[in-house]
Amino acid sequence: MLNRLFVQCPQCQTTHFISFFKSAHYVCSRCGHHSRLDPPHWIRQLCDRGTFRSLFANLKSLDPLRFPQYRQKLDAAERAASGWEAVVTGTAEIGDMPVALAIMDPGFIMASMGSVVGEKIARLLEHAADHRLPVVIVICSGGARMQEGILSLMQMAKTAAAVRRLHGKRQPLITILTDPTTGGVTASFAMLGDVSIAETGALIGFAGPRVIQQTIGQKLPPGFQTAEFLLEKGMVDIVVPRKHLRATLVGVLKIHRTRPYPFHHGGGE
Amino acid sequence: MKPAIDVVRLARHPKRPTSRDFIEYLVRDFVELHGDRRFADDPAIIGGIGFFADIPVTILGHQKGRNVRENIRRHFGMAHPEGYRKALRLMKQAERFGRPVITLIDTPGAYPGIGAEERGQAEAIATNLYEMSGLRVPIVALVTGEGGSGGALGIGVADRVFMLANAIYSVISPEGCASILWKDAAKASAAAEALRLRAVDLKELGVIDGIIAEPGEGAHEQPGEAMGHARKAIAMALKELLVLDEETLVRSRYDKFRRMGAFTLDDGLSGLI
Repeated sequence: MLNRLFVQCPQCQTTHFISFFKSAHYVCSRCGHHSRLDPPHWIRQLCDRGTFRSLFANLKSLDPLRFPQYRQKLDAAERAASGWEAVVTGTAEIGDMPVALAIMDPGFIMASMGSVVGEKIARLLEHAADHRLPVVIVICSGGARMQEGILSLMQMAKTAAAVRRLHGKRQPLITILTDPTTGGVTASFAMLGDVSIAETGALIGFAGPRVIQQTIGQKLPPGFQTAEFLLEKGMVDIVVPRKHLRATLVGVLKIHRTRPYPFHHGGGE
Repeated sequence: MKPAIDVVRLARHPKRPTSRDFIEYLVRDFVELHGDRRFADDPAIIGGIGFFADIPVTILGHQKGRNVRENIRRHFGMAHPEGYRKALRLMKQAERFGRPVITLIDTPGAYPGIGAEERGQAEAIATNLYEMSGLRVPIVALVTGEGGSGGALGIGVADRVFMLANAIYSVISPEGCASILWKDAAKASAAAEALRLRAVDLKELGVIDGIIAEPGEGAHEQPGEAMGHARKAIAMALKELLVLDEETLVRSRYDKFRRMGAFTLDDGLSGLI
């Protein structure tokens, strides 16, 4: 994505100095396009410095269906993403508040959800339930990982059920929807956030625009399936540009940390 | 064993018994209930209440048309958000009155369209997964024809999941898979094989609990016989499930889906970042 001194906006092709681009949170100053970030960049964007601790990093994908070219695809992705799968999970502090955090990685097979992604998300939600932590998930995904067939579909049920377990311990799920959030990930934990924050301009939907266009045989309206469109239709709570994301998140976390009553209220399954 | 693509054709056979046929066969004194109380009544999902043997049940499923005209009206069994919300309404109602739920799965997938997206297709399915995973009454699901991706799973989080022998259940259609993989929808036959979408495959992968036998060439030949086998399997499942207390029931359902997946542990990688 980034070469040494300059970087080009993938949308309008404007060339930026990398240091300027970095201080603008990888958002194009000309067209406002939010570049996709990998997990280390997200950790720097959101977490208090040096607080991220990785969990469940040792989970690795198998090729249970012996699906054509999947093994090669996995090997290439593992090399490129230096070992972790399409989601990084762990704990961190954000504005001095402890959270359980997951960040999906578009560099790893378009952050599609296979068994490992489902398992790591489920484990993180269970960990957060056990330790009474709020959960923040930075979401980005092309959907279910086709190469794991029906097993990838079942990760939708697994993760949705685990959100329920988190709620059983009265902890919130805060979802950050980034470009693109589609398919089976949208139709499971991505749409189950207690507070859902979308990045400006992000594509968010169930079916991909191409599939819809093919089905209905007409052009899609401009702005269809953008974060702003979802806000208008009532499907997300907040749309923010990246530079305000951390402050927004801190504000939401603060309110959830404080108990409304002086006595202990609820908390049992 | 039949080639996967032949099973795909059988699963989509126009004469295959639909959810309505199953409901007529399985349930006595059926009362159909309509609407999601939010937006509309989705003709692609039907449901209601009745007696299965002597047990009051809620039964619902995707409904394909039995001819072209009906298929167009029912969107070929592809539900909109209001369909999933109707299903959820009926399931929550079943929970309120302690009735077990039977779901019948037969859809190419959730409807991909402008209205469906506007009204929150993803949210509707996600909410069903979430609510079904905690529903405090037994749920038995039966994949009767096509189990198309999230549109199928949206009514498929159950304590027991059965498939008819010539039904399919997949994350993507073989045509969709072939066009992504090989940019060629005509290679659906190879994709169908690779996806492992037959009942026997799913049993082996630990995703379903049992296979319902179909006589002869498929359920369209002697629907009564296939539906008879389905009735036996559902009756047996309900007998096992109705004696469980709510906690055990919900915990077992959680554990059932929690176990699904295939991965390995590589300890050289822990604590990487």
